[in-house]
Amino acid sequence: MNPLLAISDLSVTFATDRGQVQALDGVSLSLNAGETLAVVGESGSGKSVTALSIMGLLGDSGRVSDGSIEFDGEDLTKVSGQRLREIRGNQIAFIFQEPMSSLNPVLTIGTQVAEPIWLHHKKSWSEAFEQAGELLRRVAIPDAVNRLEDYPHQFSGGMRQRVMIAMALACQPKLIIADEPTTALDVTVQAQILSLLKNLTKEANSSLILITHDLGVVARYADNVAVMYGGRVIETASARELYKNPQHPYTEGLMASIPKLDGDPGSRLYTIEGQPPDLSNLPSGCSFNPRCPHAQDKCIMTKPTLSEVAPNHLRACFGYER
Amino acid sequence: MSEVTLQAGQSNSLLAFHRRMLRDKPLGGIGGLIFALFLFCGIFADLIAPYGMNETDMRRVLQAPSLAHWMGTDHIGRDVFSRILHGAQLSVIIGFLAAGLATVLSIVLGVLTGYFGGKADMLIQRFVDAWMTFPDLVLLIVVVSIVGPGEGQIIIILGCLYGIAGSRIIRGSTIAVRENMYTHAAQSMGASTLHVLWFHVLPNVMPVVIVLFTTRVGAVILAEAGLSFLGLGIPPPVPTWGSMLSGGGRTYMYVGPWLALAPGLALTVVVYSINVYGDALRDMLDPRMRGR
Repeated sequence: MNPLLAISDLSVTFATDRGQVQALDGVSLSLNAGETLAVVGESGSGKSVTALSIMGLLGDSGRVSDGSIEFDGEDLTKVSGQRLREIRGNQIAFIFQEPMSSLNPVLTIGTQVAEPIWLHHKKSWSEAFEQAGELLRRVAIPDAVNRLEDYPHQFSGGMRQRVMIAMALACQPKLIIADEPTTALDVTVQAQILSLLKNLTKEANSSLILITHDLGVVARYADNVAVMYGGRVIETASARELYKNPQHPYTEGLMASIPKLDGDPGSRLYTIEGQPPDLSNLPSGCSFNPRCPHAQDKCIMTKPTLSEVAPNHLRACFGYER
Repeated sequence: MSEVTLQAGQSNSLLAFHRRMLRDKPLGGIGGLIFALFLFCGIFADLIAPYGMNETDMRRVLQAPSLAHWMGTDHIGRDVFSRILHGAQLSVIIGFLAAGLATVLSIVLGVLTGYFGGKADMLIQRFVDAWMTFPDLVLLIVVVSIVGPGEGQIIIILGCLYGIAGSRIIRGSTIAVRENMYTHAAQSMGASTLHVLWFHVLPNVMPVVIVLFTTRVGAVILAEAGLSFLGLGIPPPVPTWGSMLSGGGRTYMYVGPWLALAPGLALTVVVYSINVYGDALRDMLDPRMRGR
């Protein structure tokens, strides 16, 4: 079976005041229908840029310089703007990080949920509006139909993110991309939102790309994981495999940094030394080498590429003795 | 859970909104009332004016204000109050049409340049810069002396004059709105640029547009009065506040001070009340003061 989404060798550069900055360098990912892929990494690792380039929303300064994004048999880097607009919202939906600012403050909730249905399904406005009420009920907003006429400021953060999910599901997309959907929310609300998102995507048999920096989220909701660092994918595996058997020193460091319930109380948490790299001035060779406890001469000279260490488990590292 | 909704005190009716304005912003509310009265007088001038605008009565020349003539009569026996009312009519027409034209022009120029940016923005805004370096009145006098005085010309000239300058304000708020997440969200939903502009950018620039419009109404009325005062406005015998000031008002100021006082006061009160009303509107429509 062909994967629903196959990103291969994607490179993205941004024009800045200080010259060209390469935000993505040869990123390859693939996702099958109905699967959930988590993309993890710290700020500036390129996870959001990957998502935005799938949507073709890099803005004026960003440009795909190399590679392809194959979605359902079409290369999204080559399709026309018109076709891209047909795909956006209809086949690929995007959930943004900040529910507080992703809704238009002067339009009613109902209007905004009905908008994608009206845009893509050529339905009358009243039909779209009716369907919006149904969608709000599905994302468990109490008294949904009566709240269609409310404005975003009358909703809490968690409810707004539910509205965003309703908007994403509106046209039964094949793929939903959620860019840190719960970062701006309360911890208690986070779990509700993620479970809702997971269940509804499963019901609709959609695929989900979950961008996050929370490894707890990954363990609970993802089938596969891609770890990104400095604009590159450095390790991919199934979620279970990655937890049991992390292979890249960066992934290992991330795992070691998670506080554990059975750990020694009062002991200091593990941290990865140093700072995330500056994308406009990446270290030579493997970009993790300045922070890597196992760095060798080879790591400074050449860039490691992804290679298989176990079935379906790839890492970009020359390997080291543990 | 934590999902408690706050019922914001947002009223939907125009009447309730203004009642709230009278309570919270009394000055602006009173300004609004005077503005409404001015509109009423302008629209129904023909019905409420006790005398015709050019009805002369040579037996009653330069009479001081009395019960029969609330604001006195002028040098050829016309009722000043009736002429003020008819002048209000002209001011309403010119004020609204020219300010409307100016606002539409500002929106088109401002939203397009602000949203798209780039080279066109650069070029158009440099033109706006150059335009704004000319003093308004000089520009007006030059253009009017070329095309000749008249209602239509004045509306178009004032509309363009204020429209081009005002586009800068709309452009600024468009840029602020453009950077908001919801415009990106709308794009990610597959909305076309026109759809984003119409449904997401424009409604969010609207508070600025409303204020721009009300202040422009005042400015246009004043500019028209200035032109008429200089003899470049609406040709006589149609009464305008500006020509009333410059005609009878100036010549007979010592014999009949009411001739100058009446149009002068009307002008001052109306422009002032429109401005405070616009200020109050801005304060009350500020999104930071809405909701929670």
